[in-house]
Parts: sequence; structure tokens; C-alpha cells
Amino acid sequence: MWQYEKKLQYPVNIKNPNPKYAQIIISQYGGPDGELGASMRYLTQRYSMPYDDVKGTLTDIGTEELAHLEMICAMVHQLTRKLTPEEIKKSGFDKYFVDHTNAVYPIAASGLPWRAEYIQAKGDILADLHEDLAAEQKARVTYDNLLRLIDDPDILDPLRFLREREVVHYQRFGEALHRTTDRLDSKNFYAFNPSFDK
Amino acid sequence: MNEKAVLRKKIWELDFAIHELVLFLDTHPTSKRALELMRQFKRLREDTVSAYESRYGKYVVTVKDVEPTGRWKWIDGPWPWENDFTEE
Repeated sequence: MWQYEKKLQYPVNIKNPNPKYAQIIISQYGGPDGELGASMRYLTQRYSMPYDDVKGTLTDIGTEELAHLEMICAMVHQLTRKLTPEEIKKSGFDKYFVDHTNAVYPIAASGLPWRAEYIQAKGDILADLHEDLAAEQKARVTYDNLLRLIDDPDILDPLRFLREREVVHYQRFGEALHRTTDRLDSKNFYAFNPSFDK
Repeated sequence: MNEKAVLRKKIWELDFAIHELVLFLDTHPTSKRALELMRQFKRLREDTVSAYESRYGKYVVTVKDVEPTGRWKWIDGPWPWENDFTEE
């Protein structure tokens, strides 16, 4: 189970609303490489994971991703406060506003709602860990792109924190992969699937 | 930032250090150095929470931390995603 902690993993306190930035940052909530997909991917893959230590890594990183999702939503929420109809029209936020007002709904920057197709649980430890490594890199690139487009220090600070977490998670998943291949047949890693074959 | 907020930020920083050690220990479960650091950071966190509580009352982060007296304070804002939560 989970227990809510009444705090953010890293503080978010954005002074100036900016609906243009909100529309690109929201991709790290409901986009193809966002935090919603990250948490669902890792937490879902746990059930077919054959090794206890890798179950631990998936549980603890998957849980941290829920905290990242909350930070991204906090950023979008704070960037879309106190907007006038004029600002909404001028910033292009009107296309979002008409369906969601100032709620935080999981979509990509392109407007496409979150889809389960963004994630995979293949039931094969090598395929799943490689998916996780790729996911961390794709999320890191998305943060790099956001950092190129944004110039408000109140936004850059938490974004840099989140980018760094992708690098750390990539490292930990890489270690989990090495611990996994150490347990498999070194002449043929694919000789059997430890999630399924006995 | 007032002194209460500074102490709370210190607890959050220690929470983060402990979480980093959790992820590291998941893939290095017998690392003597990481296990020792975990012991140190957990003790430091307990001391920091005690320092906070001696001045400002119960440090509340989960529902289990709430003292059920007078009124149910869990529901009091600001909530974490709101502006000024960090400074409050």
C-alpha cells in the first residue's frame, strides 16, 4: 500500500503564472515519456519480476515517480493560476481551457491524452529492464528540451532536480540489469525467461 | 525563510538523502559504507525532527503524525502543490 506524505520531494513555488510554459511542462505529466507513464510502468512490471532485489528497485523508483508526477502537476497548477480570458486567448491556452478549465489533466504538449501504449510490461526481465533504461533516457531528453525553452528560475530549479533523477534512475536500472545477467546463463542470456520458465 | 521553515527544509533534505540511499542499497544490499550512512542519516533525521518538535509542536507529514485533539488538523492547508507551502 501507499501512505501519503504531505510534502513535495523537492519544493515548487512559482511566483509568475505562465500558461505557455504550462502547456509544454504538462507533457512530463501525461506525455509519452512523462512521470505518469514512468510510475505506472515500474509499478506494473513488479508482478512478473522474478528477483526480489529488482522488485525493490521497481517499487522504490516507481514510488518516487509518483512524487515527480505530483511536482509536475504542482508546476502546471501554479503556472495556470489567476489567468484572465485575455491571457488565456493570447497564450494559446484556450484549446486546453475549453475542456479542462484550470484543472490538471494528463495530456502531452501536443494535446494527446495519456495512453497506456506509452508503457510496456513484457513479462521478460531483460525486455522490461531495457524498456526502463530507455524510458529514463527519453524522460531526460524531454527535461533537456524543456530547460532549453524556459527562462524562469522558479521553474528551472525543480526541472533541473527532476532531470537529475532520470540520470540516477538510469544508473540504478543499469545496476539491476547487471545483477540480473550475472544470474543468467552467460553463454546465452535468452536461454530461458526466469519470469516464466521453471 | 523563517526558522521553522528552515528546520522543515532540513528534514526534507534528510528525507531525500535517505531515499537516495534506499535506491543505492536496492542494488548494493551489502555495501558497508551505504549501510553506515543510512544509520547516520536516520539518526540525524530523528534529531532534526526532535529539534523541530521541541519548538513548533508535532511534525506532521502523514496522517499517523496528527495528534487527534481539539480538531483534525490534517485537512489544514496549504497543501504541498500550493504556492507558499514551502515557506509556511
